[in-house]
Amino acid sequence: MSAVDAAAVRSGEAQNSAAEAIHVENLHKKFGQLHVLKGVSLSARDGEVVAIIGGSGSGKSTLLRCINCLENPTSGIIRVNGEEIKLKADSHGHTVPADRRQIERIRSRLGMVFQNFNLWSHMTLIENVIEVPVHVLGVKRDEAIAQAEKLLARVGLAEKRDVYPAFLSGGQQQRAAIARALAINPRVMLFDEPTSALDPELVGEVLKVIGDLAREGRTMVLVTHEMKFAREVATHVVYLYNGLVEEEGPPEQLFGAPKSERLKQFLRNVG
Amino acid sequence: MLVGLLHSLEIAIGATCLGLMIGTAGAFGKLYGGPVTRDLLAVYTTVVRAVPELVLILLLYYAGTDLINQVLTAMGYSRVDISGLAAGIFVLGFVQGAYSTEVIRGAILAIPQGQIEAARAYGMSPGLMLRRITIPAMLPFAIPGLANLWLIATKDTALLAVVGFNELTLATRQAAGVTKAYLLFFLAAGTLYLAVSLLSNLNIGRIEAWSRRGMPSVNEAR
Repeated sequence: MSAVDAAAVRSGEAQNSAAEAIHVENLHKKFGQLHVLKGVSLSARDGEVVAIIGGSGSGKSTLLRCINCLENPTSGIIRVNGEEIKLKADSHGHTVPADRRQIERIRSRLGMVFQNFNLWSHMTLIENVIEVPVHVLGVKRDEAIAQAEKLLARVGLAEKRDVYPAFLSGGQQQRAAIARALAINPRVMLFDEPTSALDPELVGEVLKVIGDLAREGRTMVLVTHEMKFAREVATHVVYLYNGLVEEEGPPEQLFGAPKSERLKQFLRNVG
Repeated sequence: MLVGLLHSLEIAIGATCLGLMIGTAGAFGKLYGGPVTRDLLAVYTTVVRAVPELVLILLLYYAGTDLINQVLTAMGYSRVDISGLAAGIFVLGFVQGAYSTEVIRGAILAIPQGQIEAARAYGMSPGLMLRRITIPAMLPFAIPGLANLWLIATKDTALLAVVGFNELTLATRQAAGVTKAYLLFFLAAGTLYLAVSLLSNLNIGRIEAWSRRGMPSVNEAR
């Protein structure tokens, strides 16, 4: 039984039949001479929370960024909601998305949350949150505003709606970034080390928001350094080492009874 | 003289607008264009910024009109008189374009890369990203440089006097020559240029404050 199936069985029958939201197969990524991903496969079914852990330079962020082609994979297959991202080689021999409209459409349904928040600095929070619904997805402005106000209230920033990001703390900015991701009604949320740039006392407020989303059954792929958090919210954990999946499985198994020596070592070092 | 001032402003505004268009296109071409586009733009910005403006004005004005007329005659049309205004706008705009290209290129490079990345990650098309993210985000970095260029443009119009265009400086010289009241007229012209600059500064200040709306003031950070 593969690790993916094991996770599905563990999470109950509902997820066994759940559609695959993200499917990555034999993904390679080279930056020049540097071979960062050496054939990684990953799967996230609807409702699953997949946590990717690993040391610095293990390729975990690169893997996440390949899913929406922020980094173009060198080779491999990526399917989002069953739709395979069409790739082609450009004139320099780099792999790039073959169909700009396809990749834009797929991206507009993946809610990405970045390590450094990356809110648009010339827009207030509410403008940040309605930007993509209004201008990419074609939602009516007043509908988008009504929804954005709910989302900001949900992440505890209702009274900050007309404030520019630079005037907020890192934790507030990251919560606003999560509201921006939720505003597109994403099929999958992608978190790229969402708490790594935060002061320690601000980490909790952001993890609480992400944890709530996980508990309400949002599909997520989460790159994180917060092992305790990964253990709590993930349904499936992938440990990357040196561009390969070293071990994967349900969190109790990976954190409770790791098989790989490298993972044991890693958990000792971070724990 | 006021007619001269009006002409000067017309040219300065026209040239700055043309320069901004060339500059925006040029900056994007330099940053994201193919190798040929980049090389051509490098030649353009290098040559235009290397040659004195007076020389460029004489060259483009006389050689340019001559060229157009030669082409027209060769195609069987009669020669045309190119209006000083159009030629002035074109010549100064061409020069301004080279400088704006570099100002705007620098401003685009100053945008935190993550904001561009977020726009890509949410499926914005290149055109939408340009309009909604790149241009507004680069403005705070571009405005001081572009404001310089505008002020220079208002005064570069004086160079067009050499090709006989009736702008403020030429009008002043003629008026002063006729009346022999040189000091009076040139002081008046100086005052008019100063007034234009002061008024511009006021507006630029407002525009800059608006473009920096999302940024904490430098004074608060001290």
